[in-house]
Amino acid sequence: MRFVDEFRDADKARALAARIAALCAPGRQYKLMEVCGGHTHTIYKHGLEDYLPESITLVHGPGCPVCVIPMGRVDDAIHLASQPDVIMTSFGDMMRVPGSNGAFFDANARGTNIKMVYSPLDSLKVAKANPGKRVVFMAIGFETTAPSTAMTVLRARAQGVTNFSVFCNHVTIIPAIKAILDSPDLRLDGFIGPGHVSTVIGCRPYEFIAKSYGKPIVVAGFEPLDILQSIYLLMRQLHEGRSEVENQYARVVPWDGNPVALKAIGETMELRPYFEWRGLGFISHSALKMREAYADFDAELLFEVPGVRVADPKACQCGEVLKGVLKPWECKVFGTACTPETPIGTCMVSPEGACAAYYNYGRLNRQRVPEAISIEPSRP
Amino acid sequence: MADREQQVLDRIERARRRRPKLREERITMSHGSGGKATHTLIEAIFLDAFRNPLLEPLEDAARLPLPGDGEAGGGVTVALTTDSFVVSPLFFPGGNIGDLAVNGTVNDLAVAGATPLYLTAGFILEEGFPVADLTRITESMRDAAAAAGVAVVTGDTKVVERGKADGCYINTAGVGTVPAGVNLGVAQARPGDAILVSGPIGDHGVTIMLARGELDIEADVTSDTAPLAGLVAGLLGAVPGVRALRDATRGGVATILNEIAKAADVGVLVAEDAIPVRDQVRGAAELLGIDPLYVACEGRLVAVVDGGQAEDALAALRGCPLGAQAAIIGAVTAGPAGLVTIKTTFGGTRIVDLLVGDPLPRIC
Repeated sequence: MRFVDEFRDADKARALAARIAALCAPGRQYKLMEVCGGHTHTIYKHGLEDYLPESITLVHGPGCPVCVIPMGRVDDAIHLASQPDVIMTSFGDMMRVPGSNGAFFDANARGTNIKMVYSPLDSLKVAKANPGKRVVFMAIGFETTAPSTAMTVLRARAQGVTNFSVFCNHVTIIPAIKAILDSPDLRLDGFIGPGHVSTVIGCRPYEFIAKSYGKPIVVAGFEPLDILQSIYLLMRQLHEGRSEVENQYARVVPWDGNPVALKAIGETMELRPYFEWRGLGFISHSALKMREAYADFDAELLFEVPGVRVADPKACQCGEVLKGVLKPWECKVFGTACTPETPIGTCMVSPEGACAAYYNYGRLNRQRVPEAISIEPSRP
Repeated sequence: MADREQQVLDRIERARRRRPKLREERITMSHGSGGKATHTLIEAIFLDAFRNPLLEPLEDAARLPLPGDGEAGGGVTVALTTDSFVVSPLFFPGGNIGDLAVNGTVNDLAVAGATPLYLTAGFILEEGFPVADLTRITESMRDAAAAAGVAVVTGDTKVVERGKADGCYINTAGVGTVPAGVNLGVAQARPGDAILVSGPIGDHGVTIMLARGELDIEADVTSDTAPLAGLVAGLLGAVPGVRALRDATRGGVATILNEIAKAADVGVLVAEDAIPVRDQVRGAAELLGIDPLYVACEGRLVAVVDGGQAEDALAALRGCPLGAQAAIIGAVTAGPAGLVTIKTTFGGTRIVDLLVGDPLPRIC
């Protein structure tokens, strides 16, 4: 299949792996963070770590939109969905994220109507098909998904749809990366930069990482060869003592981003003074809310939102995992009390969450898997 | 791998082997997905209540040894199965709920090694449901039954108030006879066995998803709903070393592979690039972020065959139109026990676990 198979070519992967290995300085350990959960997913789904030398460790970052939603916001959303005549729409990833009293799925079993949509624009269809209902879109995600929320609001206004609103939980990536760079318990050598976010914001916002913190960053695509090539580019920078912003994903990411998308966000949303991130706590200017001019689409103004704050379960170490301080399996409840079917923390829920990716794909001692498929007659 | 990580993996494996507990207070859509939650529901509620040696293998059909006038004066073995159909939409490219309801039950009998004979049909109809639609559905059932060589011999009809059901639900049950000497079951898989699929996977699930019209994706793909009894008879006739057959419905091929690994306490290793998937299905699955391995088929089977007879089995399947694109996709291994692993096209290795959650409710 075009645009897929050429980015999953095992021969090219082997060639890149050899070049990566050649760039490793003897005795040195490298820690590279893939910021984006989509990358984490790709790494595990394709078994990419099989190609890396032992001296390179991939650290999974905070860029999983579902993972960073605090429990209190889930409770708030369920409260909204429980109001009379409300239909809530949400991305599928959100459906199983635990609040303090269950997830959206459980709320539906108790009587709410939370529907899964693939695009915020589908919420508008739901609103038009149900004029007697109030449709609230549970908006989550980084700058990747914010433009589609913004476009939906703009379209709702243009079309005069009045029974649609947004419960805005959009967050921005740069403050999260900065929080990680400032975190004392983590020493990273470089970043695999988020590809989808960068299609919107471009590469310039990362320059402080290279200039002020002296760390290389390579904006990467989402196929396994994209990531392997980005690791190669990072290793080459480290080998040559450079720290720059490089764009591996130039086939999709313009250096200056997408001005139309940025304009739509700017038109409809503005930065909140602060927002609570799961595991990372309150980070200032790290999330978006609807602008006053679009107050009639702001579910936080149209409804009473309790604004509950719920502490994460004590056993849960999602915060440490999100910051890359702990590997998923190092969390005390990983895989025993916290599993994909009964998640305690968000990282175990989303397919982009590091714990879910490791549990579903990587929970494996590779040395115990046979090298090749061997079919042989059974001996009596 | 560090010792500490291995210890964690061992601890997880022990936790996974414990009897599953149903934690939810209410039924959620996940309980119908065919994945982990469904397994937990069956084991914690139904198996617990009904436990008996005939139910316990949890195969697609129960094998019932009946005393009587079987061949040579001995008893006969009868296979019995039941299945309910709630697919939405009722009509989709390649079929409708009617032929699906016949083929689904026929296939559950066929993969038990049985010759399907008789079906029942129970209808739950919603007030206001168009009679013209019901006629189309029953005509499809009639044709599918004729194609599979079975007769619908008894039935039931219930009507519920408007809003209490979604048009039409159908339950079918079926019986068939199991030829002497045939005793299939996933628990019999042994290291060295080959694993085959009878054709491209995921057609039905992707067709249903696109037929709902909720996604602005169009693709030239139709449901693979078909009766497998002829294909199975051809395979069993040609290859004595068939150990187990399963039809890959809800939860897809990945779920079957996990059932093999668990029931036989063996490893299962498959090669991603050996698994036949149509480009249209792969493309849609890539776009939607789902894995074709988990997408339902309604006319495909997974076979576990003695490794020495793998090529014979492949030839037997390919000799039948429904199996023309059959492939050997992997093997049973001694370890890691209980785990399904896949060699990815990219050249890496990963686990294929049971699915959690339900990306696609009401697929059949």
